Amino acid sequence: MGVLPEPIEELLESALVGELTVIDEQGRPVTHPLIPLYDGERIYLTSSVLFSKKLEHIKSNPRVSLSISDPKAVNVERFRRATIQGDATVDDSDLHAGWERKVLPLWRVKEPAIDFFLGKRVALPLFFERGIIEIRPRRAFLWEDGRTDLPPQVFEPVEAGR
Amino acid sequence: MSVGMPLLQDLEERFTHAVVAFLGDDGYPMSVATAFSVQPERGVVVLDTVAGEAASPPEDREVNVVFSHIRPQPGQGYDERRYVSFWGRLHRTDGHLELVPERVQHWDEQEMSFFEFSERGVPQAHRYMDQLSKETGRPVKPRLSAGWLFLRATRLPFLSATFVPVALGAAVAASHGEWHWWLAILTLIAASCVHLGLNVANDVFDTASGVDQANVNPTQFSGGSRVIYYGLLSMRQMVLIMLGFYALGTGIGLYLAVSRGFWPLFWIGVAGLFISVFYTAPPFRFVHRGLGEICVALGFGPIMTIGAYYVQAKAWSWEAIYASLPVGILIALVLYVNEVPDRPADATAGKRTLPVRLSKRTVIAAYAAAVTVSFGLVLFGSVFGVIPRPAIVALAAIPLALPVYRGLQASYENPYALMPAMAKNIQLHLSAGLLLTLGYVVAIVANHISSSPPAFLR
Repeated sequence: MGVLPEPIEELLESALVGELTVIDEQGRPVTHPLIPLYDGERIYLTSSVLFSKKLEHIKSNPRVSLSISDPKAVNVERFRRATIQGDATVDDSDLHAGWERKVLPLWRVKEPAIDFFLGKRVALPLFFERGIIEIRPRRAFLWEDGRTDLPPQVFEPVEAGR
Repeated sequence: MSVGMPLLQDLEERFTHAVVAFLGDDGYPMSVATAFSVQPERGVVVLDTVAGEAASPPEDREVNVVFSHIRPQPGQGYDERRYVSFWGRLHRTDGHLELVPERVQHWDEQEMSFFEFSERGVPQAHRYMDQLSKETGRPVKPRLSAGWLFLRATRLPFLSATFVPVALGAAVAASHGEWHWWLAILTLIAASCVHLGLNVANDVFDTASGVDQANVNPTQFSGGSRVIYYGLLSMRQMVLIMLGFYALGTGIGLYLAVSRGFWPLFWIGVAGLFISVFYTAPPFRFVHRGLGEICVALGFGPIMTIGAYYVQAKAWSWEAIYASLPVGILIALVLYVNEVPDRPADATAGKRTLPVRLSKRTVIAAYAAAVTVSFGLVLFGSVFGVIPRPAIVALAAIPLALPVYRGLQASYENPYALMPAMAKNIQLHLSAGLLLTLGYVVAIVANHISSSPPAFLR
């Protein structure tokens, strides 16, 4: 069992896309569709340097939220929607291989074709220079059946003993 | 008026739900999905309200409303990626929330390929890595393994363009009774070095002139190696690699000239080097003047073929020159078709290639005409004995020209859809050249086996 409630973990482990919202330099929200990865404690996303504006925004303001909202992008028995707020850090100490060590195993489980694309690294070298976004969940919201017209359940992550 | 008007028209068909993101009172962003409809005539997105205090979007600050779509492909990933992102303020009306978009960002991979989308991000990548370099005090640059980097920087697979005329020249000489395998290998190495020097020089001058920066549609076959533009190698490193290849090619060429007849091989080498260097280099910049195809046809046709012949036979040969013409035309057509997707960037940078100068119709008609001439020369030459009759087998490559012709007609404006046609066009040159050489080999073997082989094998 991880730090988040089981239904939210199930969504995170299945979702092929989530919406990461960061705050830009003028304090406005900017949302990016990204593939979320989860190891039971932290949520990971990666971003190519080609699309690295979001990394700059996180470095300036680490507060983020991540929504899982698309029923087509998740493969779960009972569809729900969730949003996780948290504090993010950017690991760009090794753009070339850091993400391969840290998140590729999780990514591979969700999107096996990543190995095929990684084999074509020579064709898109900058795409595979990637920073890692690591989110420490702070609060989570869950909407049963995806019904956001009903109030969400609110959870604080279980951090005790970790 | 809403800035997103054109995008509103079919928003309901393209997306199933909206995600509203806003900055909460606690300083954390909040994002929540909701149903939506569109009133395009009013330029308004109508959102269903969201329950719960923490999740309910506010009216007193700017929100970001995002529509995102993917189609999962189990085991492979996903396709049909698209998103539309609106910014503006919400207004509560009749139990709903209305947004009149004030700013918009969007991408649909069916309108702009992922490759182009990525290319447009290169300046941001450089900004990020430059900033990171300043923060860390160490240079942060993209990397590739040495092998891949060499392959990419030199565009090694294009060496087939050199292999074909050198093999053909040596085969013509062998059919005349002159064959020295080690000289053939040295010729191939020298010609390959000049070719790789040309490839690297092309990148050096294209980066310096701004062509690479202007091109957002590079493909596997066009747009150069881009190693300087991407920051994988510096301009200085590429210049050194270029000089190294030219020096090695020139050195081997001089050795061959000294040992096999100085002045003829010297002038052949000078002609090849001159074309190679000034293909993109000032002051001539032949490719910028629409002369690239002629340069490539000469360099990878008659010059390399007669050079390879002379090294073997120490003599001139009209037959070698004739045999090189179809190969020269076909390799020029490789460049010609590969220039089609580059033409907007080439035009921007003042590189007035033939596809920049000519209309689509003329470009395609000229392609068909040039292929006809190329194979017409093979047919005429083999029927009338200018080249050995078995060389007629090169006509078997003709079917490869058809998908190129059709690809040009169907995908002239779409660089990535044109890639299969570009690949087939390279195969066309390689196949025709190798079959032509095979024709010579068959004739040589037939003559070797019998003192009087049948006419169709001579």
